[in-house]
Amino acid sequence: MIKKILIANRGEIACRIIKTAKKMNIKTVAVYSDADKNANFVKLADEAYYIGPSAPNESYLVINKIIEIAKKSKSDAIHPGYGFLSENFNFVKALEKEKIKFIGPNKNAITKMGDKIESKNLAMKLKLNVIPGHTEAIKDPKKAIKIAEKIGFPILLKASAGGGGKGMRIVESRGELEENLKAAQSEALNSFGDDRVFIEKYIINPRHIEIQILCDKHGNQIHLGERECSIQRRYQKVIEECPSSFVDNELRDAMAEQALRLAKEVNYDSAGTVEFVVDDKKNFYFLEMNTRLQVEHPVTELVTGVDLVEQMINCANGKKLNLKQKDISLNGWSIESRIYAEDPLKDFLPSIGRIIEYHEPKQTKDDELIRNDTGVSGGSDISIFYDPMISKLAVHAPSRDKAINLMIDALQQYYISGVTHNIAFLISTLKNKDFKSGAINTNFIKKNYPKGYSYNYGMNKSLIKKFNYAAILIYKKLNSTSNESNLSVIIDKKETSFLINEVNLSNDSFSISLNEKDKQHFIESAWKNNEKIMKLKIDDELCFIKVNKVSNFNQFSLTAEDCSLDLIVAPEKYKNLFNYMPEIKVEDLSKKLISPMPGLIKSIDVKKGQSVKAGEQIVIIEAMKMENILKSEKDCIVEDIFIDEGSSVSTDEILVTFK
Amino acid sequence: MKSIIEELEKKRSQAREGGGKKRVDAQHAKGKLTARERIDVLLDQDTFEEYDMYVEHRTNDFGMGKQKYPGDSVVTGSGKINGKLVYVFSQDFTVFGGSLSEAHAEKICKIMDMALKVGAPVIGINDSGGARIQEGVASLAGYGDVFQRNVLASGVVPQISVIMGPCAGGAVYSPAMTDFIFMVKDTSFMFVTGPDVVKTVTQENVTQEELGGAKTHTSKSSVADGAYENDIETLYEVKKLINLLPSSNKEKSIKHSTEYQDLSPDLSLDTLVPDNPNKPYDMLELINKVVDNSDFFEIQAEYAKNMIVGFGRVQGRTVGLVANQPLVLAGCLDIDASKKAARFVRFCDCFNIPIITFVDVPGFLPGVSQEHNGIIKNGAKLLYAYAEATVPKITIITRKAYGGAYVVMASKHLRGDINYAWPTAEIAVMGAKGAVEILYRNELKNEKDIAEKTNEYTKQFANPFIASSRGFIDDVIKPQSTRKRIAVALDNLENKELTSPYKKHDNIPL
Repeated sequence: MIKKILIANRGEIACRIIKTAKKMNIKTVAVYSDADKNANFVKLADEAYYIGPSAPNESYLVINKIIEIAKKSKSDAIHPGYGFLSENFNFVKALEKEKIKFIGPNKNAITKMGDKIESKNLAMKLKLNVIPGHTEAIKDPKKAIKIAEKIGFPILLKASAGGGGKGMRIVESRGELEENLKAAQSEALNSFGDDRVFIEKYIINPRHIEIQILCDKHGNQIHLGERECSIQRRYQKVIEECPSSFVDNELRDAMAEQALRLAKEVNYDSAGTVEFVVDDKKNFYFLEMNTRLQVEHPVTELVTGVDLVEQMINCANGKKLNLKQKDISLNGWSIESRIYAEDPLKDFLPSIGRIIEYHEPKQTKDDELIRNDTGVSGGSDISIFYDPMISKLAVHAPSRDKAINLMIDALQQYYISGVTHNIAFLISTLKNKDFKSGAINTNFIKKNYPKGYSYNYGMNKSLIKKFNYAAILIYKKLNSTSNESNLSVIIDKKETSFLINEVNLSNDSFSISLNEKDKQHFIESAWKNNEKIMKLKIDDELCFIKVNKVSNFNQFSLTAEDCSLDLIVAPEKYKNLFNYMPEIKVEDLSKKLISPMPGLIKSIDVKKGQSVKAGEQIVIIEAMKMENILKSEKDCIVEDIFIDEGSSVSTDEILVTFK
Repeated sequence: MKSIIEELEKKRSQAREGGGKKRVDAQHAKGKLTARERIDVLLDQDTFEEYDMYVEHRTNDFGMGKQKYPGDSVVTGSGKINGKLVYVFSQDFTVFGGSLSEAHAEKICKIMDMALKVGAPVIGINDSGGARIQEGVASLAGYGDVFQRNVLASGVVPQISVIMGPCAGGAVYSPAMTDFIFMVKDTSFMFVTGPDVVKTVTQENVTQEELGGAKTHTSKSSVADGAYENDIETLYEVKKLINLLPSSNKEKSIKHSTEYQDLSPDLSLDTLVPDNPNKPYDMLELINKVVDNSDFFEIQAEYAKNMIVGFGRVQGRTVGLVANQPLVLAGCLDIDASKKAARFVRFCDCFNIPIITFVDVPGFLPGVSQEHNGIIKNGAKLLYAYAEATVPKITIITRKAYGGAYVVMASKHLRGDINYAWPTAEIAVMGAKGAVEILYRNELKNEKDIAEKTNEYTKQFANPFIASSRGFIDDVIKPQSTRKRIAVALDNLENKELTSPYKKHDNIPL
């Protein structure tokens, strides 16, 4: 029986595994790199060992070091989490030799499912539904064109060893193929040390739906329903849910049957996930199998009540599954949002740095549940070396509608400063009509934000009212000695007038009653000046306002839902004076190419004086192993170049100027 | 009686019109408010008590006898800012370009005298073309009278100057002698001689903005303490500052009842100082996490950025904060930083505001220009200011405190009341490598030996323990408890009394 688990991972997943291990009275061992010295998972584990420099290939990916620490700490098992060594055949083999249990499937299953081409061949052999494509790695662009034309554009280029969207590219036409093939190969080589890339048919408007399975070493198999992960940016999931609003019993059974058929073939003996794409006619195609715990596993856990990590540990112990298929039912609805340190305004590029403040949402109602899986707290660093995820927020509610509302409420209660994050974008998505009705697919972001996401997408009249009322409340609270009864709120030089009828200040609550065009409203809050999240009631409706900045007694920067505004509150007597104030000058940035993130200049594709067309590639920056192509926004001439290939740049650094 | 009141009413409404609609419109078109509008924005509603509304200038030369405006070119009086009494003058650019007449100066002097008598701050809103040329030496005498009052009031009541238009020639010296100067971006200028004279004398081509605009004075000359986007924002910043300051030197910095009493530990501070001693971090984060509501009023934010100074509150009590900023020049002391902090420390000492100093200083900035420009005398200003200050002095060393700079930064040796160090503190004569190179100058030949000795030195001296074993550090505190420890220290020091030997006044190395 496993008594001590070494967790060969970091961040939130390490914390997550420690939690279950503690519940099962199993000791835990953490390993950490330089960058993670002060990380939460290191403090949570019973023991912690230094493993090496921050770069993963010098720490979390070094098999020998991990085994050495496992032996030193007398760990009898290793949980690999996700990513890193979780699907590494050599790792499992090495552990076997040392007689350390691997909490995951057998090495045969990993090998067969780990290689996308081999797994697809196996799926075809087993007569699973597969996407038309070519299963051999393709090096030669000419051959690639031939194959692509046979399958028909658009096609998808995929790294053979890939995952998480790395080394994956959609090619719409013949002309784009060669350039993309090169980029995919180099990305694959960088990320996985393997530059094999293959081609398959690209399914338009597909949904990404996956089946969670659970198998033991005794041939018992069950499935735990599906997860829909269609909301993706940069080929990575951001919002996942269980169940899927698109899947009925028939479809679920059919997908699960194929998933389990595949698992049986490789004697699968742990928790695993079989991913499918589903088209709008409910045709589904096998995509790949992930032989590990998925990032988004919490939604399945919340809906089924099964602790997947516990089940994995039991399977690794050789226990028989204590669950039968009939024990599994999907109760209520769960949604997970991934909170990333990234900038939705800059195509979701990672944002690194120190988290200066971090406040998590709190539970609000009894029949609803908020689960926050995180590995960070205030003072943590989001480093350049790892995935920039801040936390995973999962909610569980009786219905999908309720789960969506609960998620929006919960997301509004985060306060994160120091790094840019995607919370406003997440809320914007959750508020979206298509999302609410369940009409989603993996092109959701492209379709709903055709010009890229921008702030204040979801602004509307009722939201502006909330901003106004909150601003008046804050003003009255900060200027408690003043007795002005006519106040105006100014947003972008537009003012709205309010008549304050009554102000009540008691010890723990503050309320005002005001008139807006003869209509009376009552606003109440227990907000204190130092609180970042203001919970307030407007005519008995509960809402949240984030107080980002109180610039002065009259000037506030607030966020409600996915929108942020700067507001000025002015007494009646001089509200008109604001009209005389000159516009603030804004610098014209269209003539500069600015680095959206810190990284390494991989290539510079223009020369001084060269004229470039809109959309032409100018610079490639590599950051977090991703190649990011910066393109010109309009037709222009290159005036000056301030960087060299190989130089490292920081955020907002000017790279190239245009004429 | 009735006719007298009618006459007064007529004059009053005339006074309220200033220089007339056309000039008022021109003022607005420039994005500027009128003198009275500024007062409206600055003061609490219905609290303005105007004086000398009927005062007129007394010149008949150059046809001035026919042009008279009640109140002349300045509006003066008293009022409240968040309930606190202040005296205000606001120059009216719409009347004779806000130029200073004898009568104008007398009006200013009157409210300054009153402010001094009752112990209330003076706020001067400057928007004036300069001396009233038609009045000649009478106008100059007026300036002199104002200057003398500025000096007498200095250190007795806070004086704040707001530059909201031109302020040129001799006129600049009144603001220059007040405690703080705030400017409005793009619409305010200060210079002794304008671009035209500069061009004639030195052949230099320079715009008004470059010569004496808000950016120049906040980042280059350090004449101004802050610059803001427009008139209203600037006036609100003045309100905010007034809210923080005592009314006079007789008032003690007392604890206001405030709802933010939370002193619970902030764990995030434990990771503020990076492991690598050469990696910078943002000292502003610490300041924001120590002051109430993260509300820090920074002074001279754009100048000598290696030093941070400003006001905040801890449990409702106003404090002055002085801190080295490791993000800029590694936080070292140079001429500009020393001057900036010295003046700030002296202001706090004048008005009984306790001083909290955060130290991460690798030393004084080396360099020929520093030496030639007098880092000795200028560095001495800060040393002097800290040493003479008798207000409560609380110092926290977060990381480096090397050499003379350690002593300067409110150390125990300069009558520091409470001196704490974080566990990351390194109190030593210099950095480990430099020390080893001197200590073993003739013995160490290769890099390996140097590295070994450096390590040894680091272990022995790069920590707060030696200093604390001598009592130079009162306690080594956890970063997370910094706010609480400061709050307790402030409570304990509330009734601190300390007197220096009698002197007429001191002789700070100016």
